[in-house]
Amino acid sequence: MSGALPTAGVLDVRHLAKAFGGIRAVDDVTFAVGAGELVALIGPNGAGKSTCFNLVNGQLAPDSGEVRFEGKRIDGLAAHAVARRGVGRTFQVAATFASMTVRENVALALLAHARRSGNPVALASAVPRAATSVILERVGCAPLAEAHCATLAYGDAKRVELALAIAADPRLLLMDEPTAGMAPRSRAELMQVARDLAVQSRIAVLFTEHDMDVVFGFADRVIVLDHGRIIAQGTPDAVRADPLVQAVYLGETA
Amino acid sequence: MTFASFLLQLGNGLSSASALFLVAAGLTLIFGVTRIVNFAHGSLYMLGAYLAYAAGAWLASAGLGGISFWLGVLAAALAVGVIGALIEVLLLKRLYAAPELLQLTATFAVVLIVRDATLAAFGAEDLLGPRAPGLAGTVTIAGHAIPEYDLFLIVVGPVVLVALTFLVTRTRFGVLIRAASENRALTAALGIDEAKLFTAVFALGAFLAGLAGALQLPREPANLGMDLATVADAFVVTVVGGLGSIPGAFLAAVIIGMTKAMCIALGSQEILGISIAFPKITLVAEFAVMAIVLAVRPHGLLGTPPGAPVTTPLPEQRELVPAPGRREALVAGLVLAALLALPAVGAEYTAVLVTDILVAALFAASLQFLLGSGGMTSFGHAAYFGVGAYAAALAFKAGAPMAVAFALAPVGAFVAALLFGWFCVRLAGVYLAMLTLAFAQIVWSIVFQWDAVTGGSNGLVGIWPPEILAERKHFYLFTLAVVTLGLALLARIARSPFGFALRGVRDSPLRAGALGIDVRATQWRGFVIAGTFAGLAGGVYAFSKGSLSPEVLAIPRSVDALVMVLLGGLNALFGPLVGAAAFTWLADVLPRLTEYWRALLGALIVALVLVFPGGIGGLVARLTRRAA
Ligand SMILES: Nc1ncnc2c1ncn2[C@@H]1O[C@H](COP(=O)(O)OP(=O)(O)OP(=O)(O)O)[C@@H](O)[C@H]1O
Ligand SMILES: [Mg+2]
Repeated sequence: MSGALPTAGVLDVRHLAKAFGGIRAVDDVTFAVGAGELVALIGPNGAGKSTCFNLVNGQLAPDSGEVRFEGKRIDGLAAHAVARRGVGRTFQVAATFASMTVRENVALALLAHARRSGNPVALASAVPRAATSVILERVGCAPLAEAHCATLAYGDAKRVELALAIAADPRLLLMDEPTAGMAPRSRAELMQVARDLAVQSRIAVLFTEHDMDVVFGFADRVIVLDHGRIIAQGTPDAVRADPLVQAVYLGETA
Repeated sequence: MTFASFLLQLGNGLSSASALFLVAAGLTLIFGVTRIVNFAHGSLYMLGAYLAYAAGAWLASAGLGGISFWLGVLAAALAVGVIGALIEVLLLKRLYAAPELLQLTATFAVVLIVRDATLAAFGAEDLLGPRAPGLAGTVTIAGHAIPEYDLFLIVVGPVVLVALTFLVTRTRFGVLIRAASENRALTAALGIDEAKLFTAVFALGAFLAGLAGALQLPREPANLGMDLATVADAFVVTVVGGLGSIPGAFLAAVIIGMTKAMCIALGSQEILGISIAFPKITLVAEFAVMAIVLAVRPHGLLGTPPGAPVTTPLPEQRELVPAPGRREALVAGLVLAALLALPAVGAEYTAVLVTDILVAALFAASLQFLLGSGGMTSFGHAAYFGVGAYAAALAFKAGAPMAVAFALAPVGAFVAALLFGWFCVRLAGVYLAMLTLAFAQIVWSIVFQWDAVTGGSNGLVGIWPPEILAERKHFYLFTLAVVTLGLALLARIARSPFGFALRGVRDSPLRAGALGIDVRATQWRGFVIAGTFAGLAGGVYAFSKGSLSPEVLAIPRSVDALVMVLLGGLNALFGPLVGAAAFTWLADVLPRLTEYWRALLGALIVALVLVFPGGIGGLVARLTRRAA
């Protein structure tokens, strides 16, 4: 790591900015996420959370500022290049391969991770069942293995997405509203999967969430975004007590 | 280049730009509101020219004198507007919710029907229009004579641009157009009658195309090739200008019109000791301009990137083709056995017909791979088939042994697909479809114009295979071997990790990217694979016919392949074979029924799109599934 920067994190975001026309979706945002840490990015609708994710994983290029992953600049790289370095993500609207079964989805994720998804002569079905089953069991989707993704309930699709993201053994996991559309019990179960990953594999997890039980139940740290700017960050308790956060966000949802 | 020829070509370029702009503006308007790219827009232009000819002649014979031409132009444009409204009401209205592949194919059916209707009404001869009364002379500028009519057309473009801008920005109709283009939810909220608005916009777009065609009459005789030539040019203009942008269409029309004119003005020039005949490379120049613009601005000069993806996948694409199981293997085995036994039992003629079917099946399978696995809509797939055929034929004529010449077919197609695919995969959905058509038209024109090498419209003859294969039945077995291998390879690739990655990119580019799959590179490879296999089919074709003409890579042949894929079913394992057999049979039978069999084919496409979007294969699959 370059010595000049106090980069203790797996992910380091500094002075990141992105505008769409006149809207400053992300405005001078600086934060870090360390290994083994679960950080929640919260804020009202349109605060810039998803845009932040898109800037980190290469879906969008920032106007200014920098993104470092394990000390190296990744801003401006294409999404697939960022993914290959070890960044996994889920989307706010679950993105899976609708024409394939759940198992085939995971098989493709494994093939892509092994850089074998360009092979035109092997058979995709040769990916061992055990390899896909292990991952599906981790997110509790094993019974759905042979179902078509197009037919999944929304909550299940979100879990399959998580399975795809973790199939690539990421060292940074971005989850955009991972529990939206789930029953409260399933929410806790899914977040527990993320927590286990963070603790056991020492990966960094950044997630957005509108459910405050999930945020305050699982996050080690909370960052609050409003109109593209960070208005508070710290421990869950400190953030919960912050009067400004109360006014712009928590007041309205609590 | 002399100053005189420069001035003349300047006038020529700017006046063609006006016509291009009128057509492209209509296309863009219609797309903005209805989200349909009207492949029949060039046909409306052609109709404008023919109707102006007829109306002008009729009015003149009624003794109206000089004004009859101008009244004829107006009447033709209005009539084309009405025809446009009819097309919208009778056909497109039923397709607004349909996947774009079906929409595009349906508008293509209109091209076929209009072409034959025009042929029936006006005959195959070019119709030379009158000089424009009142503007038949020339004006002297800086000592050089410029046709008055060119100057008039130069003015028409900007006038229409201003009028359209006024219409869109200042009138209630314009507010509705903008609301429908930019915000669908708003249209409903404003209480707009969408059905009426869509019809009106389609009529307006058709009117503009008809007007452009009618005004072109004094410069160019009305002819049956106007439709595809114009729509390809209009696609280039809209893609360069940015789909949906009227000022962009104007800018691009001027750039393209001027590029062509300047090539002609330059004549033959010595550059670095090499003599280049610029008038012959107008199409290459047009392509170069488009390539540069797309490389720098993928959505055109004044276009904006489409917010939401413009691709609506077919329901069949969402469906998974079941992995070939025992039953499929059994069917494949039986079909192969029957085909192998054919030379022993069938007549010579049958071997010839089945050779055609097999070649068509491989061609269709390569397109099915592109459309089905790749989710990329191509209206120019014949370009790769034809490049393969020409590569083999040219090498053969140059003295290469058949084995070498034949191997060059897939290689040639590979190179062409590599070049064109690079641009195509930068775009998605209808943009991609427009570009494939434009490229195919460019390839066709090059082959058509490059007499010295390709034999131009006469094509190439004497491409007969050497002795062992000269016997029809032997050639048949050779075809069977190549096609079986090709089909098996394509089926295998579709089930390989790459095939899954390609389908993954089609299902969700976001997800694929987030998994480390390079979306564009994957699509590019898919495009190239499809093109290469089309070229392989083209190679067999060249030797099976013994001669080639530019028709093998013309747009209608691309549409033939599309019809085969749709007939057979987009995702049916044996779809290409079924589709090719059905189509080849139809193409054998229909011309014997009527001279206007292309129109019948068009009607069949319409029926297919409206009634059986899943094709024969989809139908069979549905029935067998129900039975199982
Ligand atoms: N591609 C885009 N083009 C234009 N504007 C955009 C784009 N993406 C996001 N925005 C705008 O940027 C702002 C931030 O959006 P973003 O999706 O990041 O918010 P968010 O915090 O994720 O909200 P939510 O909780 O609703 O998901 C919004 O005003 C949004 O309209
Ligand atoms: Mg969001």
